[in-house]
Amino acid sequence: MSARIWAVLQHRDGRLHRGSWETIAAAQALAERIGGDVEAIVLGNGVDALAREAARSALAAVRVADAPELASYTPGAYVAVLAAALASERPEWVLFPHTYQSSEFVPRLAQAAGAAHLPEAIGFESGEGGVIWKRPILGGKLHARVRAKGGGPTLVTLQAGAFAADARRPGEAPIAPLGFDPASLVLDREILGTEQAAAETVDLSKAEVIIAIGRGVGGADKLAPIEELAKLLRAEIGASRPVIDNGWLPRDRQIGSSGQTVAPKLYLALGISGAIQHLVGMKGSTCIAAVNKDPGAPIFKVAHYGVVGDLHEVVPALIQALRDAGG
Amino acid sequence: MRIAVCLKQVPDTEARLRVAKNGLWIDEEDLPFVINESDEFALEEALRIAEKSGGEVIVFSLGPERVRESLRKALALGAAGAVHLAHADFQGGDAIATGRALAAALARESFDLVLSGSQSDDLGAGATATIVAGELGWPHAWLVMGVEVEEGGTLRVVREMESGVNEIVRLRLPAVIEVQAGINHPRYASLKGIMAAKKKPISEPTPAELGLGADAIGAAGSRIEVVSVGFPDAGAGAQIFEGDAQAAAASLVDRLRREAKVIA
Repeated sequence: MSARIWAVLQHRDGRLHRGSWETIAAAQALAERIGGDVEAIVLGNGVDALAREAARSALAAVRVADAPELASYTPGAYVAVLAAALASERPEWVLFPHTYQSSEFVPRLAQAAGAAHLPEAIGFESGEGGVIWKRPILGGKLHARVRAKGGGPTLVTLQAGAFAADARRPGEAPIAPLGFDPASLVLDREILGTEQAAAETVDLSKAEVIIAIGRGVGGADKLAPIEELAKLLRAEIGASRPVIDNGWLPRDRQIGSSGQTVAPKLYLALGISGAIQHLVGMKGSTCIAAVNKDPGAPIFKVAHYGVVGDLHEVVPALIQALRDAGG
Repeated sequence: MRIAVCLKQVPDTEARLRVAKNGLWIDEEDLPFVINESDEFALEEALRIAEKSGGEVIVFSLGPERVRESLRKALALGAAGAVHLAHADFQGGDAIATGRALAAALARESFDLVLSGSQSDDLGAGATATIVAGELGWPHAWLVMGVEVEEGGTLRVVREMESGVNEIVRLRLPAVIEVQAGINHPRYASLKGIMAAKKKPISEPTPAELGLGADAIGAAGSRIEVVSVGFPDAGAGAQIFEGDAQAAAASLVDRLRREAKVIA
């Protein structure tokens, strides 16, 4: 049996999203494991160059849907094109990078196409039970192994970094059109423009040491000892999303998928559990140390050093230890 | 405006978790449950829009008996009524089955807007309200950081994209808006609100009343099934320093200095 596997690519401003390469690599790995052909799918307007770039991969084809209505992503037009293509071509597996864009339209595509929707996969295994995908649940504290049922295609979005883009096999693929009905491209939204979410007054990416605080800090009134520790370590202070959402620190201090990406020499995570949205913004750090009350917190999986304890006790102790050692 | 809010009750994110005996979910005994974080923000946003436009908010939730407590809380915060999909056949579904059931319950009334959080803190598919939009045939937006009702039946929506950029889009009403945590500052319930909530209605429609067969909803109507859940593989993991705060802190500083050589 030869499965038909699609890798739907994401792009913006004429550049392929990093996750697009990971998606091609994942589709190739799946094809190798279960047997099958991989096609990469590109939707857009005037995307010949992107298609040629993607075609330098070991693929059966790059398929392109090109129309003025697809110049900017809208869920309505994307779902219309892909649902029709799924109905006529019946791929078994359709893979996407797990991004804010795919998260918005893929569930609706699954529904329109009668497909299974399997979001945020971090890996797969294949055996007698079919293909089983692994995905994080409960903020990454647990993993679930899940599989599709009920027939039809399965739409899988792949967590950033779960499949290495470097593993993508290069090649030379033909480029062919993906058929669609232009009349079906009804836009369900009007795009008015973009804005910066936060004026980036602090560039955390330049910092050599970052102290990042999470929900466990407990309030804006608890920051004084952390600021003192930051001064001792010559560190910038960053934060995970809940801290920003609660208004304890300004938004330009946010680290993670909707904030800044950092890779300092030392990343000290205080009261951060380590949800994947945060980890993608800091896991490239040279040395990661974490303080958290919960020994099961996912941050301890990526950290090099850990202290299980209340940060409000550990931070003063760290200040004392630094002073003792420095004195 | 008449606004529906879909909310989910989830385990408290601070709770210690144990895997259930059947290996398919977590052990819910003694587990604290709360309203899902981004759904709380959705409820607040709905209450603000309703207060401004002179409308009302009805909350919808699918889940077992324990969910009633979260619905009471939403009523105490200002929702006018609640609909609880509590029947056993509704339970255990994926986003497609759950969204289908919620949409059927919503369709029995007339709404201008449906608000929900973007993602649950437990299963985190981030898809349920999107499925509701698809069932109703309404436009939707996901990960919304700002929403404004405009003259002429449209919404101005600020949608979060990656790397700190927001996209601003306009949607026709009726629409489904899935908000991101942090869009506002949710209120606390007042004593008056808590007292008033006791008299507000919570209806519990059955699948038959919504015109849904048992095979369309819950686990039977789902397109994915859980094979097992477990703790992530140990991996390398952190070197953990034991002892009291002073001893652990001293060990950590020593390693950062001598082994990792990342501090002076």
